[in-house]
Amino acid sequence: MRTLLVWMAGGLFSIVLAPIALANGWNMPVGVTAVSRDIYSLHMIIFWICVVIGVIVFGAMFFSLFRYRHSRGAKAATFHERTSVEVIWTAIPLLILVAMAVPATATLKTMYDTSEADLDIMVTGQQWRWRYEYLGEDIAFTSNLGTPRDQISGAAAKGENYLLEVDEPLVLPVGQKVRLLLTSDDVIHSWWVPELAVKQDAIPGFVNENWVRIEEPGTYRGQCAELCGKDHGFMPVVVEAVEQERFEEWMAERKVAASQEAAGVDREWGMDELMGRGEQTFGAVCASCHQPDGSGNPPVFPALAGNQQMLDDIDWHIDRVINGVSGAAMPAFRNTLNPVEIASVVTYARNAWGNDAGDSVQPSEIADRLAGE
Amino acid sequence: MASHLPPKPIPQHSTATAGGMAEAGHHHPRPRGLMRWLLTTNHKEIGSLYLIFSLVMFFIGGIFALVVRAELFQPGLQLVQPEFFNQMTTMHGLIMVFGAIMPAFVGLANWMVPLQIGAPDMALPRLNNFSFWLLPVAFGLLLSTLLMPGGGPNFGWTFYAPLSTTYAPPSTTFFILSLHIAGISSILGAINIIATILNLRAPGMRMMDMPLFVWTWLITAFLLIAVMPVLAGVITMMLMDINFGTSFFNAAGGGDPVLFQHLFWFFGHPEVYIMILPAFGIVSAIIPTFSRKRLFGYASMVYATAAIALLSFLVWAHHMFVVGLPLVAELFFMYTTLLIAVPTGVKVFNWVATMFRGSISFEPPMLFALAFVVQFTVGGFSGLMLAISPADFQYHDTYFVVAHFHYVLVPGALFAILAGAYYWLPKWTGHYPNLRLSQWHFWLSVIGVNLTFFPMHFSGLAGMPRRIPDYALQFADFNLVSSLGAFLFGASQLIFVLLVIKCVRGGEKAPAKAWEGAEDLEWSVPSPAPLHTFETPPEFQPKQH
Repeated sequence: MRTLLVWMAGGLFSIVLAPIALANGWNMPVGVTAVSRDIYSLHMIIFWICVVIGVIVFGAMFFSLFRYRHSRGAKAATFHERTSVEVIWTAIPLLILVAMAVPATATLKTMYDTSEADLDIMVTGQQWRWRYEYLGEDIAFTSNLGTPRDQISGAAAKGENYLLEVDEPLVLPVGQKVRLLLTSDDVIHSWWVPELAVKQDAIPGFVNENWVRIEEPGTYRGQCAELCGKDHGFMPVVVEAVEQERFEEWMAERKVAASQEAAGVDREWGMDELMGRGEQTFGAVCASCHQPDGSGNPPVFPALAGNQQMLDDIDWHIDRVINGVSGAAMPAFRNTLNPVEIASVVTYARNAWGNDAGDSVQPSEIADRLAGE
Repeated sequence: MASHLPPKPIPQHSTATAGGMAEAGHHHPRPRGLMRWLLTTNHKEIGSLYLIFSLVMFFIGGIFALVVRAELFQPGLQLVQPEFFNQMTTMHGLIMVFGAIMPAFVGLANWMVPLQIGAPDMALPRLNNFSFWLLPVAFGLLLSTLLMPGGGPNFGWTFYAPLSTTYAPPSTTFFILSLHIAGISSILGAINIIATILNLRAPGMRMMDMPLFVWTWLITAFLLIAVMPVLAGVITMMLMDINFGTSFFNAAGGGDPVLFQHLFWFFGHPEVYIMILPAFGIVSAIIPTFSRKRLFGYASMVYATAAIALLSFLVWAHHMFVVGLPLVAELFFMYTTLLIAVPTGVKVFNWVATMFRGSISFEPPMLFALAFVVQFTVGGFSGLMLAISPADFQYHDTYFVVAHFHYVLVPGALFAILAGAYYWLPKWTGHYPNLRLSQWHFWLSVIGVNLTFFPMHFSGLAGMPRRIPDYALQFADFNLVSSLGAFLFGASQLIFVLLVIKCVRGGEKAPAKAWEGAEDLEWSVPSPAPLHTFETPPEFQPKQH
């Protein structure tokens, strides 16, 4: 008897608990797009269908457990099939499923309609950052994890947006249909922002499409959803949705900044300048594999500190950074980093952590080399 | 009645069918010690080996899971680095799927299929020995990769290319070899089970007289034979990509990373039914026994099992809803996936109808079987939600999915295995398991498993992706509860080990028919079952329809 009461309580608990929990915000976000609201309502419909079926099935089961106990002297009946009942409980679920498939199909069709976009963004996944390119606008940048390492290791207190912050967010205009074209430079990643209800794999060799029309300005945070290696958990997505005018201002600012950066390529850079800039770039891009102290993680991620092959041959070193290593984890950075960043990070790696090559490379040399290849 | 019988397949005289086993048993002294186990061709001894092996693997895979849960106890990286974390999630999945759940079902099949159909042994006893002893080799090799330079597999148990090829650690070739060996073991085991069921049934036992555990295993064995070669194919393609310069999955060489996923899930989806169909069979034996009433809808149970097996070949791409499939494919796989709910529902309804107007008692096997029905159904519900392709764009690759498949596999498949162990332990050992310990084990397991996996639904809906070693602060409470639950669940499985040891050594003596309502043939042989049973085939009386 006591056992049964526990059972009933447990059953009741789980049936009651789940709806209460969902009602209190432990639920999928409703989101800020028409599609995200459609998905949310599909989610809630199918959830309530499950609750109703659960109440009926578990209700019948717990009733039987309670009512037909051997200890109460219940005598077993002898029936063991009844075709009519079996047909009914095959047919009814089938009808429910058809009823469910209809709105799901409609939503899916909307989600697949990527036509007539106002803005195209190329999203490229790379171990372990996102690169965004505003097609036709001459704006492209990389978005790296913004959370400092000492927050992850526990040396510093964790901020409010721990692991969900980046150095440069993707800025999008509200009210516009934005088409996302997704691909990857290395392994499969998946670009996901729950509030936008967009999750799409970024696959090397493929260009996937999805779209979003954000209705409210705001900052929306998400993460890479497909296991992509060591720092899969440290590859956030941050979307900043702004009004159209603000978006246009931002684009103008971006273009000015890009032209200033481009101008930096032509001038002569001093050693200290290169080292300073290189340390920044190394920390954002290289340190996750080669470690902040250049010790790497052999055999997959070789050490750079004391790496004789690298120190002996600067051409080889530059080539590795620009073109990557085919068949290994080292990606090609020709499109991800600009000549200033490549020149400074190469210089930095040759002269940091006890490395004493003493030489350096100028951004202009890198630019010539990129143009020549 | 006799006119309906199929032609008797093979003369069932003990010396002819028992072959090598009888020879070893009757003409030579049986080897002792280690050699006894290395050379045994007896289905009961091999069954025990499988079960012990899977229990060991269950604890190893469990320790890996606890490393994962310990790291996820709170935000930040405390115990392990991401590289090792990924190895732990991967090895946990591989060990549990291929090393714990599958061999446990094969062990139960070895022990119980011959006893349930009145056969003296498995049809191919030497093959049986071989398919078991491949497993320690395979998993020894797999575990050894953790000690190799660069570490073990770190790309998830689904090992998607190119993360598992171009970007994989050097030990991946050993991982491929170990999976090949385990796959061969599965195929050989499946062939043996099919041969046994089709040829060695007691005279008078027609296919539609077989206990459901036998039926579900027959269908499972066909699934294994159909999909294990696909797995072998896809890992061979990986091997070529890694070592011989091909580009099956390498986009830079003109290959196709999505092809990997199609091949993997063409294996992988039937694989999940391989891990659940025999569980249906066990529960379909236990519920009637403790309801003292025949299983409701035997025929529809068989048809539903077959329907699930057939449909399982048509749903694979529901694992790939966000891969960028064309709209038509997306719709097709959504519809077929929803369809699977129908035969699965029939099974649950039949179990409930079996209990309805029965005479129910709550011995330990029944407790686990009832918990299976409820919790497996919860896993089924989340499966239904995941089948809705637009919603899957939110659920996919989150902890909601982790919650879903763990509900189906832990309080689902694993609880069914435990139910089966409690049900048949009196037959195996001759003693009833200690009641008090069984109840402690049951209740702590139920509490632990729900504390672990129920909050994962919420962390997933709130936006936590799978397979991350560290997480944002809003997921902290759910993860804390999950980790506490996991340690409770893990610790309570030690009770089971203690209980089995005690049960082997002694306890209340069990009669041949250990449970009042039990009806199948295994209850007609003494408890414990002697080494050789049914050397002359039993008289089988079909139930009156």
